Amino acid sequence: MYSLIKDTLLSQVVTLWGVFKKLFVKADTVEYPDQQPYMFPRWRGRIILSRDPDGEERCVACNLCAVACPVDCIALQKGEMEDGRWYPEFFRINFSRCIMCGFCEEACPTNAIQLTPDFEMAEYVRQDMVWEKEDLLISGCGKYHDYNFYRVAGKQISGKDKGEALNEAKPVNVRSLMP
Amino acid sequence: MALEVGSGLTIGLILGTVIVVAAMLIWVERRLLSFWQERLGPNRVGPFGLLQVVADMIKIFTKEDWVPPFADRVSFIIAPAIIMTVILLSFAVIPFAPNIGIIESNIGVLFILAMASLGAYSVMLGGLSSDNKYALLGSLRAAAQMVSYEVFMGISLLGVVALSGSFNLRTIVEAQEGMWFVVPQFVGFVIFLIAGVAESHRLPFDIPEAEQEICAGYHTEYSGMKFGMFFVGEYLGLVLVSSLITVLFFGGWMGPGFLPPVVWFAVKSGVFIAFFILLRAAIPRPRYDQLMTYGWLFLLPLSLINLLVTGAVILSN
Repeated sequence: MYSLIKDTLLSQVVTLWGVFKKLFVKADTVEYPDQQPYMFPRWRGRIILSRDPDGEERCVACNLCAVACPVDCIALQKGEMEDGRWYPEFFRINFSRCIMCGFCEEACPTNAIQLTPDFEMAEYVRQDMVWEKEDLLISGCGKYHDYNFYRVAGKQISGKDKGEALNEAKPVNVRSLMP
Repeated sequence: MALEVGSGLTIGLILGTVIVVAAMLIWVERRLLSFWQERLGPNRVGPFGLLQVVADMIKIFTKEDWVPPFADRVSFIIAPAIIMTVILLSFAVIPFAPNIGIIESNIGVLFILAMASLGAYSVMLGGLSSDNKYALLGSLRAAAQMVSYEVFMGISLLGVVALSGSFNLRTIVEAQEGMWFVVPQFVGFVIFLIAGVAESHRLPFDIPEAEQEICAGYHTEYSGMKFGMFFVGEYLGLVLVSSLITVLFFGGWMGPGFLPPVVWFAVKSGVFIAFFILLRAAIPRPRYDQLMTYGWLFLLPLSLINLLVTGAVILSN
């Protein structure tokens, strides 16, 4: 009889009291539009294209991001400037497909494509989810402030010959190496 | 017109207040439940989310009011009307304050029990006429649950009736001048509380409409304002049971003189409404056979013993 009362009645009363005490506990809710949540700097959100410290586009249209993308949401076309630099003629990300995996950022050899902590990307029209280069391109450097691909890479452009890049050895004439 | 028992003004005020309170309970319940679950609940529409009720009402009025082609049309339509009518009728005999009430009836307790029994028709007709297996299961459960819990709901009240010597609810309140009946009739109070929850089929005894098992039970096929009437009817039942507990066990309008009697009545009823919502937040639903066993094998004998002991004490005095 005692155990019956303890199991049926007492446990219910204990439960009621425990739940009632929650009235004085602060709610876990974050009231989102009024109260912005803290976003971590490495959060993988909206994708941007950054510029190098000289203000030129970093993207060299190597297509590695498009290849790495598991949902094929990146499309771009290579173009070439008169000084020999490569650049994307168009660069298009379909954000209705993008899964924010960050593989494109991992694949990018020039730190051009980067993910930002912005996640507020809702649109009313599906076509508005397709972002073109002028939407993606920002005026700053993003996460890497002093990186300039053409300054460190061995690629030859007008005004910078082979061996003139930062920390680059002079080219070796392989025919002169004969014994 | 003065504020006295049975005047047109009083009747209009009581009807309006009861329906508005029942509608507001939709918001109160969601808000309280969320506090007990460490959430905030609806707080967007209007101050503290108070206008949520208006938004809900606009939604429910503009929804398609659909009668399934396979349903029995007549009983499908009258079923939700029955529960509203029956519960609103029950409020007729409740004395809210010395000068506020609708009718003086010397069979008040019996009238309310009779109306509660008629309420079972609403859920039975609603479930049967829907021609849906979930609705049928729900109405079967509802019928069995309401009929069995009515039995000792009545018996648990007899102690109060014996102590006050009257079926008139106003006389019962006046008989609690010296001591509220919750003290001598504590067992009766607990039984009536449990039976009241089962009678208004609210959680944890919402077995007739258990969402996780049988969709929405007897109102599976209902939509629009017909569903809304079942919904508000449930809250009306909650208000009715809370005010009955106040009247029968907690001295009705009585209280220290710094507040008017009707406010004391509202405060006491409000506490019980909040308690019913706390029950919903805290206690899980029992199995159906557990509910029946608990009722017939535990609560019925207990209420009979309570009645016998009360009678013996009254006789020995």
